[in-house]
Amino acid sequence: MAKVFEAQFNRRWTLRFMAGLPLLIAGGRTEASEDLTFDDLYGKISVLGLEFSEKVKALAGKPVGMRGFMAPPLKAEAQFFVLTEVPMSICPFCSSDSDWPDNIVVVYLHRKQTFTPPNETIEVRGVLEVGSWTDPETGFVSRLRIRDAAYQAV
Amino acid sequence: MRKFFAALVVSTILAGTGHAASIYPIDRATILAGSPFDFKVEFSNVVKPEDVKITINGQDYKSVLGKDAQFVAEEKSKDKILGSSVILRGVTIANAGDYKIEIAAGAETKKVTWNVYGTADKPAAKNVIFFLGDGLSVAHRTAARIMSKGMTEGKANGRLNMDSLDRMAFIGTSAADSVTTDSANTMSAYMTGHKGAVNSLGVYADRTPDTLDDPKVETLGEALRRQTNKAIGIVATSEIQDATPAAIVSHTRRRDDKAEITGMLLDVKPEVVLGGGSAYFLPQATNGSKRKDDKDYIKLFQDAGYKLATDKTELASAAGSDKVLGLFHTGNMDVTWDREFSKKGSVDKFPNQPGLVEMTKAALDNLSKSPNGFFLMVEASNIDKMTHPLDNERAVVDTIEFDQAIGVAQDFIAKNPDTLLVVTGDHTHGITIVGTVDDTVEGTEMREKVGGRSFTNYTDENKDGYPDKLDVTKRLAMFVSNYPDHYETFRPKLDGPFTPALQNDKKEYVANEAYKDVPGAVFVQGNLPKGAATGAHTVDDVVLQATGPGSEGFKGYMEQSDVYKVLADALALGVKQTN
Repeated sequence: MAKVFEAQFNRRWTLRFMAGLPLLIAGGRTEASEDLTFDDLYGKISVLGLEFSEKVKALAGKPVGMRGFMAPPLKAEAQFFVLTEVPMSICPFCSSDSDWPDNIVVVYLHRKQTFTPPNETIEVRGVLEVGSWTDPETGFVSRLRIRDAAYQAV
Repeated sequence: MRKFFAALVVSTILAGTGHAASIYPIDRATILAGSPFDFKVEFSNVVKPEDVKITINGQDYKSVLGKDAQFVAEEKSKDKILGSSVILRGVTIANAGDYKIEIAAGAETKKVTWNVYGTADKPAAKNVIFFLGDGLSVAHRTAARIMSKGMTEGKANGRLNMDSLDRMAFIGTSAADSVTTDSANTMSAYMTGHKGAVNSLGVYADRTPDTLDDPKVETLGEALRRQTNKAIGIVATSEIQDATPAAIVSHTRRRDDKAEITGMLLDVKPEVVLGGGSAYFLPQATNGSKRKDDKDYIKLFQDAGYKLATDKTELASAAGSDKVLGLFHTGNMDVTWDREFSKKGSVDKFPNQPGLVEMTKAALDNLSKSPNGFFLMVEASNIDKMTHPLDNERAVVDTIEFDQAIGVAQDFIAKNPDTLLVVTGDHTHGITIVGTVDDTVEGTEMREKVGGRSFTNYTDENKDGYPDKLDVTKRLAMFVSNYPDHYETFRPKLDGPFTPALQNDKKEYVANEAYKDVPGAVFVQGNLPKGAATGAHTVDDVVLQATGPGSEGFKGYMEQSDVYKVLADALALGVKQTN
């Protein structure tokens, strides 16, 4: 399965090069991506706040791979989705962003992909971005993002 | 019956044509004499201010309410004009009695009647302890009794603490806008005496989009500050901004305004605040914050004299301080089974959370020092949060913890009999006990093992009141009446709280396949709309129990808004008790 992923992943990367996106070179296939898990995200978790782990800090701006579940899309045309550790049973956008768990990662896709069934584990690859950022279209605040991303069911 | 139905149809038609305006407080509202409230009239059309006529008991409203109303020519929702309105904020009516409000503007007319009530001149109770089991239904109590105490030859081997209370009432929980309620509306009704809309706290829900401008009514927290020097304590196992704890101090149309509710807590400054939800205290720059501004409410509370506790150990040392802010989780605290026994859920991240028993003890240690008495609200939030996802065992274990916290209060009351104790739920769930799931019964399908011919074999070797394990061979067969698509496993969920359904890309909830391969699991097609993620609240009455001075007021059938009247009377909130 991993091999299939690599092949498709590489095709995507190639397409991006063909599309002439210069920023992609840093995240290109020549640089191996580091695997990141949800347990890796925070070094310290307390009532008074969470601190990113040393691993996350070290991987900022670098290509990463991460497994999780795709939360239901914010809206059909959204350019991002939320990657969660466990499948989300709530409808976060029906109520409020308060219902999101602490350890979510926002994924900005390189190009649109079809959404996956909620029971399916996916693997996302892209460039890790660390720090608070507000999505200009939706106002959604994220602290960890994977940009220029592609994903694959595993 | 037929005649009655015909009469109903006629009156409904008349109501539909005669007047389209809305008046807040609504018809048949009950209002504590002297308590501030906002008066609002919404016309369905744009009207001229000179055409608006408002009388109260036949007199011009200004002479009764003592103030001039503000006229809003056009209320809008985005670009749509909703009509004109009249609003008068913070008015009071000092004298008890019925008040008939009549309004007219052109063709629009409306009449409502309010009942303003006074209270006893002297408080019957010095202290009130109000226990709320969120979603607490009859089956939770029965299951807690069987699981905790056992049963022999059909007789319970012991009683729950809540079984011993002297008086009881059946409580109707419906909302002003819905037959099925939610925790916001019900607790708001308990804590203000006004039935509001689903999702609203301390307000009547008006038509404007702003969730913070709706006409307000006084909360119990505010009434205690206005009329007494009593201390106030709020304890919950949810986020402290969740609907139930929030209702003691909050005014919003939308219970999810949790960042604002944090500020409303600081406005009233309850002496004891214990629960989860620190994420809304942290400024947005802090990881884990759920605020969208730079306010640091940890610091603001500390500046206001609060001692902060972030775990069980710190709570023990902070309890003696004048004011205590205990925040033990960024979100909702873990449920009892996971916190104390399985260590699942988020216990690895927040390993030293206190339970409801420790929090109740700490709150009483602090509040009992108040020379003028206190009001304490203790909520077992997770009975609801576990019954929603059909995790009946976890809900029952939280009910056992709730009962043990009630035991702490009863110990206090034994030495302080001038205390009114109330134990109630805020709405029910469709949970019911069918009998047992008996693994020793022959059968290839799990349904063959469901029946009523045996007793359970839970054990409690260490006498802590909790079953030693949940997955015994003869366990309670508990089912919930309404549900999304899911897999029924006929077993407790030992790996962590149950997640019955997941949302797909069509926004429909489908059965969570993580449970598909549990031995004996069967697919159950949902009987709720596909948009429902979990079981829903039910409309069945709640059983309220009470003991102590003032508890005579609880009897028969009562609306949840009537409960406030009994509390106000026991505390004599119609009378100023401060110098």
